[in-house]
Amino acid sequence: MKMNGAQMVLACLEAEGVEVVFGYPGGAVLTLYDEIFKKGLPHILTRHEQGAAHAADGYARASGKTGVVIATSGPGATNLVTGLATAYMDSIPLVAITGQVARPAIGTDAFQEADITGITLPITKHNYLLTELRELPRIFKEAFYIAGTGRKGPVLIDLPKDLQAEAGDFLYPKKVEMPTYRPTYEGHSGQINKAAAAIHKAKKPLLYSGGGVISSGAHTELLEFSRCVRIPVTTTLTGLGSIPHTYDYYLGMPGMHGTFAANHALNAADLIIAVGARFDDRVTSRLDSFAVGAQVIHIDIDPAEIGKNVAAAIPIVGDVKMVLQELIKILKPGDTEAWCEQVKAWKKERPIRFAQSADAPLKPQYVISELYRLAGGDTIITTDVGQHQMWAAQYYALDKPRTFISSGGLGTMGFGFPAAIGAQMAFPKRTVICVSGDGSFQMNLQELATASCHKLPVKVAIINNQYLGMVRQWQEFFYGGRYSQTCLAGSPDFVKLAEAYGVLGLRASTAADVQAVIETALRTSGPVVMDFQVDPQENVLPMVAPNTPIVEMIGGDAL
Amino acid sequence: MKRILAILVEDRPGVLTRVSGLFSRRGYNIQNIAVGRTVEPGVSRMTVTLDADRVTVEQIVKQLNKLVNILKVSDLTEEPSVGRELMLLKVKAEPEKRSGIQQMVSTFRAKIIDVSPDSMIVEVTGDETKLQAFMLVMQEFGIKEIAATGNIALLRGARTTRETKGG
Repeated sequence: MKMNGAQMVLACLEAEGVEVVFGYPGGAVLTLYDEIFKKGLPHILTRHEQGAAHAADGYARASGKTGVVIATSGPGATNLVTGLATAYMDSIPLVAITGQVARPAIGTDAFQEADITGITLPITKHNYLLTELRELPRIFKEAFYIAGTGRKGPVLIDLPKDLQAEAGDFLYPKKVEMPTYRPTYEGHSGQINKAAAAIHKAKKPLLYSGGGVISSGAHTELLEFSRCVRIPVTTTLTGLGSIPHTYDYYLGMPGMHGTFAANHALNAADLIIAVGARFDDRVTSRLDSFAVGAQVIHIDIDPAEIGKNVAAAIPIVGDVKMVLQELIKILKPGDTEAWCEQVKAWKKERPIRFAQSADAPLKPQYVISELYRLAGGDTIITTDVGQHQMWAAQYYALDKPRTFISSGGLGTMGFGFPAAIGAQMAFPKRTVICVSGDGSFQMNLQELATASCHKLPVKVAIINNQYLGMVRQWQEFFYGGRYSQTCLAGSPDFVKLAEAYGVLGLRASTAADVQAVIETALRTSGPVVMDFQVDPQENVLPMVAPNTPIVEMIGGDAL
Repeated sequence: MKRILAILVEDRPGVLTRVSGLFSRRGYNIQNIAVGRTVEPGVSRMTVTLDADRVTVEQIVKQLNKLVNILKVSDLTEEPSVGRELMLLKVKAEPEKRSGIQQMVSTFRAKIIDVSPDSMIVEVTGDETKLQAFMLVMQEFGIKEIAATGNIALLRGARTTRETKGG
């Protein structure tokens, strides 16, 4: 069947079951957008390409499907860079389609030309510059396959303008044939047996799980694993939600702003079972004092993660869901009773906590806990990056996977709001709350127009402390209180700003206002911006200072 | 220590950039890299020589294996293998010095491949130590310019790189 390149793209997207794309048109994708118009493909027009990339990312994190983003050549494509890097660091499946100048103009510094495959080489799982129309179907098939399999990640396809208008035969391949790309899914049975034996022998075992559990849909297996051999669990930021917060042996998040129980358990464990986690520096802090007494079983789909930061005595390469299923079959409980009592005692005696008295300035932690109390557990939370992100991770109790969406690896300010738009597209009926900061929100607030125009009922909760709070906190702790360039005086009136976009704006300045504001927001059918004016001096505690052991916690005994 | 990696890659545009980019962004130093064809159509072979410890090389091999266009990565360092480098040297060669150069050339089993009134080009192949020794000798006469291929290597015996363990 004869089609032009643009029609082929639409046919590929249809064959891949793509339900919605996020993007922004421009000169080099005019033909593609003409087909989008003709076919009526659902498309969310953001107000900046970065917003489109984060929205596609949020869609992918909420739904588990591959997100698709489209941008034009040159500046359109370069505006995707932060979004792609964010997705790459957190292993999120995206396919980015960028326009490129016409093939004869490539390499001539033509108008709006940028070498986007060169630029995105280190921040994509793979990328393609399409130079022959006949390769288009194969490359799209491969791109979706690479993005959504193995350790997932973003793939970019650069599509020259003239190729979009060229006509050719279209046949979408049924299968991918890539001898150079074959992820390992099944764990090695010998290694699994060894792991089971080590688990049986361990007196102080700990499950340390990450985003890989959510990515492979292994939350049920993880919980079953923990239950059947009574091993406590700690989950990283990107793994939050994979274990219900009510679970007895759940210790919360480890690391720089982790719980006392999680950090002390990591420190005292004799066996760490790492499941889809990568021993990031925000978790381990100083590597030479991290978990020195523990043997490590490391289960990950990416062999390069195993042994990268922490040596693994028993490496198991494979899909964590499949490996856990195999392990569960042969696991025999060991003697972990005394250990479980110990970690439960830590958990009980040293919880994270805050105090909000009626006459004190509004505490950000109170806002988060009220959001949880009123919005409940089915809500999808997205966050930006900074203090509010950590408070959200600490105080928004989670029960389900894919309900906490946050830029963990790259730490991208400006991620949360467009990601919430993407999550809302994936689940139009669920409540989606973006917990943001006054700094982060201003990095992509232009997407208020997107939410407003598409009537997406995203609720934004700005934890407004008039500072780049996390940087200010570090300046207070480590730079003699010299608040260099962290005061955000001159920020807009967020209520009026929301109103300018046709969005409801609400404000709470005291603890007494909070409940009514949240209730009004949740009752409102459209998007809402809530401006919570909180105590600017509040710090995220506990905290492990950089390059110190994770049990040296500042404020671990707060209150 | 010095390590030699043999990398089989799909012969596609940008593959060299992907490999060299990976080395630079993860902070690994390449001493030299040689790229050429193989017996399989569409497959190129890169030989990378680098200075790194065993743990670092393991990580490099794993990261290389993640590149989609890579077919096979093999660390030849601890295997019996032969390695050679080709070097062309433009040497000052006034008439009275030519016989001295010729003597050294024949001792090192090198070849003179161009002669001009006051210079010669000498071709020499060998492993790194032989080339070092030859350069040292030629410095006596005066080296004007050098072009070298970088090291290439194959496993000894019938076994091919494809048949090695891993990646």
